[in-house]
Amino acid sequence: MSKGMSETGYLSDEELDNGPGIPSEGRRRRGPVAVLECIQDIPCNPCEASCPEGAIQVGEDITNLPHLLEEKCIGCQSCLPVCPGQAIFLVDESSTEDVSRVTMPYEFLPLPEKEETVIALDRAGQELGDTTVIRVRKTDKMDHTALVTIEVPKEWSMRTRAFKLKR
Amino acid sequence: MRRCEMISVGAGPAGLAAATEAARNGVEVLVFDENDRPGGQLFKQIHKFFGSEEHHAKERGFDIGYGFLEEAEKLGVEVSLSSVVMGIYENRTMNVLIRDRIEQVRAEKILVATGASENMIPFPGWTLPGIIGAGAAQTIANIHGIKPGENLLMVGSGNVGLVVAYQMLQAGCQVSAIIDAAPRIGGYEVHAAKVARYGVPFFMSHTITEAGGEKWIESATISQVDKEWKPIPGTEKKFELDTVCIAVGLNPMTQLLDMLSCKMVPVPSLGGRVPAHDLGQETSIPGIYVAGDSSGIEEASTAIIEGRIAGLAIAHSLGYIDDSSFLEQRDRQFKSMVGLRSGSHGEARKIAKEYINAVMKG
Repeated sequence: MSKGMSETGYLSDEELDNGPGIPSEGRRRRGPVAVLECIQDIPCNPCEASCPEGAIQVGEDITNLPHLLEEKCIGCQSCLPVCPGQAIFLVDESSTEDVSRVTMPYEFLPLPEKEETVIALDRAGQELGDTTVIRVRKTDKMDHTALVTIEVPKEWSMRTRAFKLKR
Repeated sequence: MRRCEMISVGAGPAGLAAATEAARNGVEVLVFDENDRPGGQLFKQIHKFFGSEEHHAKERGFDIGYGFLEEAEKLGVEVSLSSVVMGIYENRTMNVLIRDRIEQVRAEKILVATGASENMIPFPGWTLPGIIGAGAAQTIANIHGIKPGENLLMVGSGNVGLVVAYQMLQAGCQVSAIIDAAPRIGGYEVHAAKVARYGVPFFMSHTITEAGGEKWIESATISQVDKEWKPIPGTEKKFELDTVCIAVGLNPMTQLLDMLSCKMVPVPSLGGRVPAHDLGQETSIPGIYVAGDSSGIEEASTAIIEGRIAGLAIAHSLGYIDDSSFLEQRDRQFKSMVGLRSGSHGEARKIAKEYINAVMKG
């Protein structure tokens, strides 16, 4: 088994496969869905309350891991900016083209602009390659956490978790 | 000599929570803080907090701080800044250095919510400028808006190390690595993931062995450690950098309590020697209460709850709340604490606090 998150700081493939918040490939192909990369029993539950569909379950013990009920998730992104651990992403693999969309929280300035080319990074910060920014959202309710959507080759959709600007 | 019902020494999360809780119940409260602005560490915390809604989860630390200040003002709590409590003497009398004058004040009840100080580790070159506490880096960047350095190494992977490393990235610094002598990351893994995805490597089972430089730190050498945390020769790695941040834990600031000969208990999981206290946060000296990091290192959200419990206990003992209302309100705070002191990060603190309460009972 490869080294896990407690040694490297990022999820191993095994941990990703076993996470209770990770949607199946079938669900990802049907449209945008939340990916909850939270596998440690820390006391936290804002994601549960943020979901208008009841698709995230933590339960009374707030150290429980968040479970994703993937059929209930409508991909609305409400949970992304409220996660203090920035551990929630939105993945959309529904395109018939060979591309997927990944939405992630972003707390750096300057923000990228729509259609800007940025470098996709994986969980370990390794460069995957150039990608295009599709959308940048920042509202008062999101409290300074922007959501940035980038378009990546389909095989990167479960690997891309950050990006860096080229400028 | 000025007299009042309650004094909180410290205007951090614990002190402000206690002050507002007591004031809401009718207690006349005065708060002293040696800093020139209130809030303790809250205003440095630019990240969103964990917990539940009742713990201010998903709010940023400084916003929680503003909330407390607004509430304190509304309730008529007097906050005296640049006020150093020099000592607490018999009959709960204290001398306070307020800017350039010394005042004597006496209170019915005193809360010591003085927080903590950062631990340091010595190594060759550790006194070079540029080697700072992670808390100092946070103050420089988040309070004063200045980059502490261009390229830094973070020593310590607890939540302070992880959160500050992320904030240094936000400030535009390069973070060469986060190292820790322990084999596993000490803080929340999601905090680690936030820096890992921007390419910051973690070197676990590593310690800093040397800092080089003439007038300012120019390099740092790290080595892998064996099971007894001794550096293994031949495993050295050298980083060119201008800043090292030390985040190797905190210890409770208990000088005022020591002066009063409060009963102290050594509890490593709470940061060292901590004052024994009961379920209402009262120490072995009647009328002297403690809350927050000065009663054992935890986090801001637990400090706030401990502060509220102390505020309620003080209001109750001064006769502002009747027994049943007090127990009901205190129970609500206990329930709120349960989640924060459970799970792999909280369980040890829960056991340690129960031990301290048991020591207090005798």
